[in-house]
Amino acid sequence: MGLPEPYWVNHEVENILRADNLSKQFPGVQAVDDVTFGLRKGEILALVGENGAGKSTLTQILCGVQRPESGEIYLEDLAVAFFSAYDALNAGISMVFQELSLVDGITIGENIFANRQPVGRFNNIKWRELRRMTRELLTRFDLDLDPTTLVKRLPMGKQQVIEILKAISTDPKILILDEPTSSLTEAEVSDLFEILRNLQQEGMSFIYITHKLGEVFDLADRVMVMRDGKNVGSRSIGEVTEDDLVAMMVGREISDMYGDTTQRETAQDEYFRVEAFSRRGVFQDIQFGLKRGEILGLAGLVGAGRTDLARAIFGIDPKDQGNVFLEGTEVEIHRPQDAINRGIAYLTEDRKGQGLFLDMTILENLISPVLKEFTNRFGFLDRNKINDDVFTRIEKFAIATPSANQKILNLSGGNQQKAMIAMWMGIEPKVIIFDEPTRGVDVGARSEIYHKLRELAEVGTGIIMISSDLPELIGICDRILVIHQGQITGEVPRNEFSEELILAYAAGIKNRNQH
Amino acid sequence: MTEQETRTGRITTNSTESGLLATLRRLASFREFVLLLVIIAFTIIMALASPIFITRLNIEAILLALSVEATIAVGMVVLLISGGLDLSVGSTLAFVGVVTGLALTAGISSPLSILIGLLAALSVGLLNGSLVAKLKINPFITTLGTMITIRGLLLILAEGRAVLNLPKSFTVVGQGRLFGIQYPIFILLILVVGGDLLLRNSRFFRQSYYIGGNENAARLSGINVDLVKIFNYCLVAVLAGTAGLMITARFGSSSLTVGTGIELRVITACIIGGASLSGGEGSVLGAFLGALFMGMLANALNLLGVDVYYQSFVTGLILILAVVFDVLNERRKASRS
Repeated sequence: MGLPEPYWVNHEVENILRADNLSKQFPGVQAVDDVTFGLRKGEILALVGENGAGKSTLTQILCGVQRPESGEIYLEDLAVAFFSAYDALNAGISMVFQELSLVDGITIGENIFANRQPVGRFNNIKWRELRRMTRELLTRFDLDLDPTTLVKRLPMGKQQVIEILKAISTDPKILILDEPTSSLTEAEVSDLFEILRNLQQEGMSFIYITHKLGEVFDLADRVMVMRDGKNVGSRSIGEVTEDDLVAMMVGREISDMYGDTTQRETAQDEYFRVEAFSRRGVFQDIQFGLKRGEILGLAGLVGAGRTDLARAIFGIDPKDQGNVFLEGTEVEIHRPQDAINRGIAYLTEDRKGQGLFLDMTILENLISPVLKEFTNRFGFLDRNKINDDVFTRIEKFAIATPSANQKILNLSGGNQQKAMIAMWMGIEPKVIIFDEPTRGVDVGARSEIYHKLRELAEVGTGIIMISSDLPELIGICDRILVIHQGQITGEVPRNEFSEELILAYAAGIKNRNQH
Repeated sequence: MTEQETRTGRITTNSTESGLLATLRRLASFREFVLLLVIIAFTIIMALASPIFITRLNIEAILLALSVEATIAVGMVVLLISGGLDLSVGSTLAFVGVVTGLALTAGISSPLSILIGLLAALSVGLLNGSLVAKLKINPFITTLGTMITIRGLLLILAEGRAVLNLPKSFTVVGQGRLFGIQYPIFILLILVVGGDLLLRNSRFFRQSYYIGGNENAARLSGINVDLVKIFNYCLVAVLAGTAGLMITARFGSSSLTVGTGIELRVITACIIGGASLSGGEGSVLGAFLGALFMGMLANALNLLGVDVYYQSFVTGLILILAVVFDVLNERRKASRS
């Protein structure tokens, strides 16, 4: 790490793309700061860094969406300047953006060849030709789909694949992918990787942005790390470890990621209990207990039914049957309000869509679950009381913001997550169900969130944590339940934690019910 | 293991259905087809209920009555597909009638007066389009503003009085016949057939689907989003102007209140025909069939002697039903995949 790697170091190796001293400033931020790097022909270069490190801006410059203030881009040793994404596309640089760019109501074929449909003399689209081209592309990647299927009829994962086919269909020299796997299942991810490796064989070069360090080692040949807009260095995959990358990304060593992780004596009294929870086709006969001060992990593959279960416990979604006990007595939960009144909080995985009021201020968000406590006897809001309380909570949860009146929208992912935790602390929860607490959160902020969870557990709160990130569950939990196709297939105590064991339960290869 | 199962499970659903059933299911997913079936069923029932319903005279009456709304709907649906909306079509319609009427009474020849009228419409379209595309003002607010402004402007121009006694060389546009069919019906049919073909097959018009579906993505595919948007606002304005000319010629005078509330009926027709207010979906044929269905319904209620007040009530119900049908349909399909 340290100094950016000068391009002439690898002069013998053919760089298909080279950037010299690129800089780009946004109001108040130096998003890309004097970045120099090269992309070799036929390699997969992973680009990692915390949120706001400048990865997206850098790639947007490379594909023509943003223009740099200074610096040069060389494509196959020719200086190029792009004025739009369309220019870059024509030059052979194609990008798959984080958000889907597909149009629901039209066919796969028209989506892939958007605005590039083959046309006849009168600007009329040649449908037969379009179908043929689409079918060809689909067969090339072993996809048994009809080119005339409307995109809205496809499941999420397939849509993501179509998105990538769209980028590939221009036959680019370089394909840039910005976190393409964030909404894919494991199976879809391995399909995607296979597609990318095939393309690599054909000589395509890739820049692959990701937050998942595991993917870096599964897929990439080389990895480049960015921090604060700068290129802090690149390494061959063979000569770097995950810890090295984290240190490069954060700029310091994180030694104490999860806080105190020794096996601790949790209180033995059962605090919260879920019994016989079932919903046909989603989850069956779920039964588990939670002790005071325990952090219980729910592991499983995406779609195993963990979130559905949590939503049913909290009273958002219906259940066919099931009982909830808190401190020994049964509680009836039919609506979220029932759960909240009993001190059960659910922090959704969909932070932006369902968890927070993005357009409103931190202050307004923090008081939202408990408005009643902040009103005076006339039903008006008590400003002083609110300010005191909100200020304390912002301090306590270390939310980095210039003021309580900042809109949630303007906070980073990690700070939004902290705000959501702070918001729910207002109800003084006895049990917290936490769904994917660190999705889209930086390594640094992650560590803070883990410590916060541990603190909450230490004062006696019961925590149920759903996560698809196994190292995280292993790092923080006291006990892990594994769910496979709506059933608990395994229960693993802390001293038996291992990724292999949990994965075996999660994939349904092992099952505690069938010995 | 499970991964394999889910993967193959998804793929097989696509290709195993046998011919006829698959074709039918496919057709049923097109709004135009469903609407056509409804219209045919409705026609059969009405033919049994009233002997007059499928006489030539009545069919002509239906088409003539809906020609104004359907003409505008041809443009409106393209605009809706691109994510736009135009509330000012009713005002534009009346505005063009007044401008053309004033030009005619000032002694300007009919073709030139028509041209002036259409240019007036075009300028409204340019104004709406530029405000929405360039200044990024919300289409609802923009066109609500121009709707009120243009209605005011035409009152000022006409000094509050209708323009009467328009020359025969002009009124022939709304009253003449070709092959025994009245001009407005002719114009409408040409617009529907031509518009549908263009919107289905021309790359230029299909750009609207991309813009309405995902504006940023459209821009990234090299579509000149602003240009297409402005074009669409001009298109709907000129078609509203055309409707204004037809109606003015039919009555031989420029009314100041004509077209009031028509924008909502036009949008209703488009949505019954499968368009969505959030853009990316719809077709010209669908919009026409939507207007046709509304026209037939109004006519049928008339023939059956139902109070005119029920028309609005029933049309509203149909709109709600169409949207509910859509939502349920989507939900069913989503749960199946």
